[in-house]
Amino acid sequence: MSRSSLPFWIGVALFLVAAAGMTQVIVNEYPFFAAYGILQFVVLAVAWSILGGYAGYVNFGTSAFFGVGVYTAVFLTKAIGVPLAVQIAAAAIIGAFLGFAVGLLTLRMQGIFFSIATIAMTIIIETSVTNWRFVGGAAGIQLQRPPVMPPFGSYMQMLFFVQALLAVLAIAVARYIQGSWIGRGLQALKDDELAAECSGVPTLRLKLMACVISGALMCAAGAPAAMYLQYADPSSAFNLNYSVSVLAMSLIGGTAHWAGPVLGAILLGATQQALAVTISSEVNVLVLGVMLVLFVVAAPEGLIGLIRRGVGRRKGDKA
Amino acid sequence: MTSADGAGMPLLRIGALTKRFGGFTALDNVSVDIPSGERFGLIGPNGSGKTTLIHCISGAFRTEAGTVVFRGEDITRLPPYLRTRRGIARSFQIPRPFKSMTVVENLMVALDFATAADDLLSSAQRRDAAMSILTRMGLESKADVSTTRLSQVELRKMELARAMATRPKLLISDEAMAGLSHSEVDEVLDLLMSLAGQDMTIIMIEHIMQAVMRFSQRVMCLDAGRIIAIGAPAEVMADQRVQEAYLGT
Repeated sequence: MSRSSLPFWIGVALFLVAAAGMTQVIVNEYPFFAAYGILQFVVLAVAWSILGGYAGYVNFGTSAFFGVGVYTAVFLTKAIGVPLAVQIAAAAIIGAFLGFAVGLLTLRMQGIFFSIATIAMTIIIETSVTNWRFVGGAAGIQLQRPPVMPPFGSYMQMLFFVQALLAVLAIAVARYIQGSWIGRGLQALKDDELAAECSGVPTLRLKLMACVISGALMCAAGAPAAMYLQYADPSSAFNLNYSVSVLAMSLIGGTAHWAGPVLGAILLGATQQALAVTISSEVNVLVLGVMLVLFVVAAPEGLIGLIRRGVGRRKGDKA
Repeated sequence: MTSADGAGMPLLRIGALTKRFGGFTALDNVSVDIPSGERFGLIGPNGSGKTTLIHCISGAFRTEAGTVVFRGEDITRLPPYLRTRRGIARSFQIPRPFKSMTVVENLMVALDFATAADDLLSSAQRRDAAMSILTRMGLESKADVSTTRLSQVELRKMELARAMATRPKLLISDEAMAGLSHSEVDEVLDLLMSLAGQDMTIIMIEHIMQAVMRFSQRVMCLDAGRIIAIGAPAEVMADQRVQEAYLGT
């Protein structure tokens, strides 16, 4: 793994320098607004694939984690007005606990039953928040952005850079897991849980780890969204669209490699932004559905699978 | 009989084990001692509880009553992976390979997770160990082949190889010869015979009687979750109740 680490970290450094450079050069708010949305999906899709891709547990509760992240930030802002970094850290901790709870579900439920349970969890949490007056209830809540700290020119630029950092964190974590014993154990239990146990793999512990890490990252990604929109309401924070989009991004990108969900999120996220500007935001869902069907039929292993097949064929030609 | 660690304890002691599925009693008060180094045959008609017993020994099933003691330690409540790490390995009646991996990667999972032996610290050492097991099993040419491309007999061997990679003291082979041709049965049987030894106890579940007779030092016959005969292979085969269980009356 270490042999391929240097290019990865150089890429990360270049990306962060470019992101920071953008905030100093570009004045228009829109590029940051759009890029934030894409980066948010990168974090969510990469986090989703730690459980959904590596371990094979299809989590339909992305919106629950995302929404809990949003409302952690809302609550902390309204109650004590803590800075953004604290909101994100708190969301990550709560996300880890929520992930642990979801992990316990995997003890008794697999496949479609697990997925349905995660949808149920989303609905339960959304209903609870809808009835929670302090954070605005069903009507939602307006939020005032605090003054921005230098070196950033605007709060939007800062949010964009924060989400870029979260994306790097999520990708680095997913990449580490993929190459480590955790990833090999998850791959084994994805193939066959009993055979994995009987080969010495502590399946429950690994599943819990995957759920905790995935949950913490998803909640963290949701925390800045409150200030991004300066508004939060339960039906958009817990919108099932997040679950569906993130699942589609991961599957379209391919879940066998950490780069899959990154590619999927960039491709679909950018398409969604473009469609929202040119046609309407409602068309997103249609395009998402069509692309998902196309990929499931034509490229079940996603973009990563297509790329690998292409590379394999070229190697075959040479030999 | 030789004793394992501890004062005169057998390697495996199953004490009054009972397993129920709802109202159905799959295992009813089963007790047996298996000493270290024994080649033990487990027979019985379909549905008699053989695989259930194996699931209870390897930890896939929790039992309602009774104990499983391995090398002097009560492992009745341990999850499967900890039993594997203590030296119980098994194959499956229907092969359960890690489908997304190659043959050698299947073994690497076991070597990565089940053992912490001093000679397996580096990944190069573990890969060497995996290759030497595959060579012993006659699978070295298949090391880098996906398990989805293996033939039935190769899958059976791969499962035994993966079990061996956990460095077991007790190997449980659950119908490793089912569905194989005559020559393949002999091949797998020779393999199991060569694996057995003072430090390797083997429990073999099998329907093929010649194989059981040739392999086992002792045979136990289950019927409807109870032991109906246990002893030398020839004696068990001659037992009236065993013949009734198999042929019906």
